[in-house]
Amino acid sequence: MTKRIGHYLPAALVFVGVLGLWELAVRAFGIQQFLLPPPSSIAAAFVEHFDELMTVGRNTLVEAVGGLVIGGVAALVVAFAIARWASASRALLPFAIAANSVPIIAFAPIMNNWFGILNPLSKMMVVAVLVFFPIMINTLRGLTLVDQASLELMRSYAASERAIFAKVRVPNALPYIFTALKVSATLSLIGAIVAEYFGGARSVLGQFIITEAAFFRFANAWAAIVVASAVSIAFFLIILAIERVAIPWHASARIVDSS
Amino acid sequence: MTDSVVRVRGVDKVFGVGADKTPALQSIDLEIPKGAFVSLIGPSGCGKSTLLRLIGDLTQPSAGTIEVNGKTAHRARVDRDYGMVFQAPVLFDWRTVQGNVELPLEVSAKDRAGRADRARAMLALVELSGFERRYPWQLSGGMQQRVAIARALSFEPAILLMDEPFGALDEMTRERLNLELLRIWKQTGTTTVFVTHSIPEAVFLSTHVAVMSARPGRILEVIPVDLPQPRNDLTREDERYFGFIKRVRERLRGRDVVRPGAAEVAAS
Amino acid sequence: MLSSIYTFAVFRAARSVLSFLVVIAALAVLWEVVKLLGGDPSEAWTPPFQWTVASDLNMPHLWDIAASFVEPAQRNGPPLGIVLVNAGFFTFREAFGGFVFGAVLGLALAIVFVHSRMLERALVPYVVASQTVPIIAIAPVVVIWLRGGWLAVAVISAYLTFFPVTIAGLRGLRSPDPRALELMRSYASSSRDVLLKVRLPAAAPYLFAAFKIAATASVVGAIIGELPSGIRDGLGGAILNFNQFYVSGPPKLWAAIIVAAIVGIGFFALVRAAEVLFLRGRTAPSDA
Repeated sequence: MTKRIGHYLPAALVFVGVLGLWELAVRAFGIQQFLLPPPSSIAAAFVEHFDELMTVGRNTLVEAVGGLVIGGVAALVVAFAIARWASASRALLPFAIAANSVPIIAFAPIMNNWFGILNPLSKMMVVAVLVFFPIMINTLRGLTLVDQASLELMRSYAASERAIFAKVRVPNALPYIFTALKVSATLSLIGAIVAEYFGGARSVLGQFIITEAAFFRFANAWAAIVVASAVSIAFFLIILAIERVAIPWHASARIVDSS
Repeated sequence: MTDSVVRVRGVDKVFGVGADKTPALQSIDLEIPKGAFVSLIGPSGCGKSTLLRLIGDLTQPSAGTIEVNGKTAHRARVDRDYGMVFQAPVLFDWRTVQGNVELPLEVSAKDRAGRADRARAMLALVELSGFERRYPWQLSGGMQQRVAIARALSFEPAILLMDEPFGALDEMTRERLNLELLRIWKQTGTTTVFVTHSIPEAVFLSTHVAVMSARPGRILEVIPVDLPQPRNDLTREDERYFGFIKRVRERLRGRDVVRPGAAEVAAS
Repeated sequence: MLSSIYTFAVFRAARSVLSFLVVIAALAVLWEVVKLLGGDPSEAWTPPFQWTVASDLNMPHLWDIAASFVEPAQRNGPPLGIVLVNAGFFTFREAFGGFVFGAVLGLALAIVFVHSRMLERALVPYVVASQTVPIIAIAPVVVIWLRGGWLAVAVISAYLTFFPVTIAGLRGLRSPDPRALELMRSYASSSRDVLLKVRLPAAAPYLFAAFKIAATASVVGAIIGELPSGIRDGLGGAILNFNQFYVSGPPKLWAAIIVAAIVGIGFFALVRAAEVLFLRGRTAPSDA
């Protein structure tokens, strides 16, 4: 137990140290609040606007989750479909990789036009497209990058392609899928917030941040950013927990290959 | 012995501390004459690899001294007096074959000039001329080990330390590489210390076989193998060859043999 | 004389580009088919369905989008194509400058961490935790805070690059086989030699994976950063502008988005090409 504490102690010290230094520096040098708000005023802003922050945070989270569900399901369906017809995957993978490097967020104005600027669906669609490619690419990788020995074993049992798919490829893909989901958790929240920058209802996190920043009320803006970070981390941890339950046999140490 | 390259005296090696102490080697005394080919053989865990690494100053003894080339083992390592070959080739996959052989020459300031020529000469010695521009993944396991040997010899070390270098290869490749190694040894005259699991290999290659006991390892006996040189396929059919193999095997089992070929006398 | 490795790599690259273009062509056909089925009626043809998404306002005809490149963006102004190319370069410079700075900083930090366990334990948890923080979302705030300008945007890109590179660098620098390190000890190598001859080459594949992610993130960060900062010269400004005046010229927004896509893909392709160059010959060719 003490070993664990000792392990995290340097990190914890850094955290406390940085916060303390920050607070002191702002006060000592008399830096203007709107230039660099000290942790204390961010905390105060958080308390003061608590209700509003919770509302906007929840609305944005709904967009993020909705988009993740839409995009994730679509990605899984497409990846499974492609994996069954192996030749297609070779042709489509370069396209998916290139598509992943497009700044998807640029499509936000289009989505606003198609679905309505105030409609959460317009933000959800941006998130859906954003998470689609990483999840699809990784699922495809998981379904196809099965080691030869396992495949040969199944063939020696005269297993049908369908059986091989269900018994070998899908379990093999699960770790890849979860890794992609963990990255997508963060991605979906970022996508929702940034999509909101292109215009949206007042009661969303992105609009809140932009408005407060535009009025130089940085303490409020940073408080909202802290909320966004907290939600993002929580989302990540939830998926981590689901992963531990779903695939306890696998140590989640793979890198996501979004390249 | 007059001209000893390696002198190990009273060496102990203990791993771990307190309750976890594991004695690996105990009271090791070994002298290796210049130009000899000495095999270290013993049961698993007897510490033969540890002994090799002690000589190479990759680990330090808990007690006793090791002298290499008239210097301390540490000095010998710093002066680059020995080359090492492991069981895995440990080639760098981002370098070509020639690049890999040149690696120690790049590191050592004094060996820098004429590096490329030296590397090519070494590759010719292990009969891999023409493969300079290839990458490790393009070579078979046996060929990769030959590159590792070429690399170990590239800076003309006084001693060659080999830790079961052919362990991962198939029987036929192994026998071929045994012959190759002997040819290289004859040509360069490099003193060689060779760790192996295989009794026939030890007998075939060596001028001396050092038989070790189970943990904690001790040197049970150093058997001089006076089979005629140069050794070849005919050696493997020589009656004395089988005699030596039997003698080493019996020593490993802890039984005494009066003389090769005679009826065994069971020791208590 | 090309060795077999190179010809194989070129062949594979060509095949990738070709399949990419085929998919684009297929999508283009799909686009117009959708409009054919549910778009706006014209004199010659009345589509069987009526989908709002497929209207000329929401989905301009591909030839209209193409035509908009040569028409002036504003009254009496230069052609849209020129405007967008300039905007694209502007944004790319911000992204690239930040990327280079972030990559160098990230690698330097990784090297420091490899040599100091204490520093690593103190700081790496934050480097890791920051990956779950929506950095890109902060971009506009940072830009306003730093009083706008392209330098602030480059700072965003640097930040987005720096974290993945540090993490990948750390993994890569630690990845060599311990026996390779023992080998270097047997040569009595200096730690500088070990870094340059073993750790860095071993880290290269990991670093390039991070570079590819960071390249895309840098471009996105640059565009987002431009949004509230009043920078008119970049793609972010162009997208905002054409969005505001969408109704007067729908194809122009699409044109801007296409250019943004090209910048993103282009930067990625650049890094990929560098990767192929740096990592050539290392392993047996595998898929993608």
